[in-house]
Amino acid sequence: MTTVHTPAEEHAMDPTRRNFLHTLAATGLAAGFWPRALRAASRATVVVVGGGFAGATAAKYLRVWAPEIEVVLIEPNREWISCPLSNRVLAGSLSLRDLKRDYGRLAERHGVKLVHATVTQVDPARREVRTDQGERIAYDRLIVAPGVDFVYDDIAGLQTEPARERVPHAWKAGPQTLLLRKRIADLPPGGVVAIHIPKAPFRCPPGPYERASMIASYLTTRNPKGKVLVFDANPDIQSKKALFSHVWGTRYPGMVEYVPNADLKAVDATRGVMKFDLQGEVRADCLNVIPPQRAGGIAYQAGLVAANERWCRVGFLTYESVAARGIHVIGDSVAAAPGMPKSGHMANQQAKVCAGAVAALISGTPVNDDPIIANTCYSFVGAREVIHVASVHRYDRAQKTMLPVKGAGGVSSEVSTEEALFAVAWGFNLMNDVFS
Amino acid sequence: MTRNSGSTAWVLAALVAWGPALAQSDQHKVRQWAASCAACHGTEGRSEGGMPPIAGRKADELYTLMLAFKSGERPATVMHQHAKGYSDGELRQISEYFSRVKP
Repeated sequence: MTTVHTPAEEHAMDPTRRNFLHTLAATGLAAGFWPRALRAASRATVVVVGGGFAGATAAKYLRVWAPEIEVVLIEPNREWISCPLSNRVLAGSLSLRDLKRDYGRLAERHGVKLVHATVTQVDPARREVRTDQGERIAYDRLIVAPGVDFVYDDIAGLQTEPARERVPHAWKAGPQTLLLRKRIADLPPGGVVAIHIPKAPFRCPPGPYERASMIASYLTTRNPKGKVLVFDANPDIQSKKALFSHVWGTRYPGMVEYVPNADLKAVDATRGVMKFDLQGEVRADCLNVIPPQRAGGIAYQAGLVAANERWCRVGFLTYESVAARGIHVIGDSVAAAPGMPKSGHMANQQAKVCAGAVAALISGTPVNDDPIIANTCYSFVGAREVIHVASVHRYDRAQKTMLPVKGAGGVSSEVSTEEALFAVAWGFNLMNDVFS
Repeated sequence: MTRNSGSTAWVLAALVAWGPALAQSDQHKVRQWAASCAACHGTEGRSEGGMPPIAGRKADELYTLMLAFKSGERPATVMHQHAKGYSDGELRQISEYFSRVKP
């Protein structure tokens, strides 16, 4: 396991190793010894691209489980904001500040080397990545975790930034969440909010329906004649269907209207109009278009997405790309196995399987051939009421994929306030498992 | 004779090398299974609030609890749905793993 280091990558080297090289030079060892000395001192380096649920978890667990491996985490943002629980920010029951974390503890506690930059190119032949800061960082194995990119190509009228500010997605938590919150707060009495849900698969399957519920919860007390229209490109509610239908029918009767098979073709951001294939034109006071999604851009640049596909195919024992040796993909960018949601919880789970496998591959020990992971997604449906969906996934050797265990998993037996306590604990423990 | 003892020694050496490797891969397997629980119960089972911590609890106690969730004998909101995804043997190994973690 050797790392190809060029002078430009020296910054990524362990300082102790640099000192070691200086010492070697100072003691005037024979030039012939240099290559061997270099190699003996070299540690394997894993570079992780993207510091979300998937990438940050992988970086942390690699350092915990294989401290001999050097881990470089490349992420442009200095702070991270959780998408889970961010629908509560729309209803004003949580602040965005509560959902922020920074990368400091990954560095201080776990020795992850942080590089705040954007990876612009992966060069699998040279086993290095290049960043927008002009850095070149070599890797022995690369973990790509760029999350999702939004695809506005097929929605006319949302090609510009000003249009996307008037019609926020709020599907990556941050300024967009606050934009949508303001639009909801500014709604005129009896105003209408229209949400569009793209065709599956998209990030967080229950999220849009939770959002509709949380906006309705807010309107019930602040704007009781307001309405929430949910236009779903899918033929049906994608997660916790019976529970969401029950909530809308009992908690928010006449307030939430669900329209399936609504394929959004165009948006007039100025007039607040959505144009659908079947349903025609719909005007609303506040539009929220959750756009169609695909693997993050760097996955395309690195050749990890096959033609006519949107996600990266991987082997589920190691999360190594089927398209490129030595490159692993985790999180929302993965072409999911059956029943596997694109969720922060699932990204955290995939990351640990991947970290264990990468450590084993580097040390030449056997890879765990029987991974078991689980997913739990809690959704708020009112200020203090919650529902969940859970599943357990195991590797199936015959089908070479992860499959949900039959008879395990399921949804809440009822809407409850008890689960609201668990939902908050879940969110914060999960964030701590990633960043602390 | 020399030849025999030589190959015996080789087989023994291979067994000695293979034994720990196998034990280690088993440990890594259980470590991954247990790490799955961390999403809700905190890294290494050290929950930072809300969810019950599981680090350092007695293996028998955790195992009995998991079996009770699995059979439905003990009511739960979600744990019965998770417990059913694992064999009794796997629940035993995960319980033993957390019992060895410092709380």
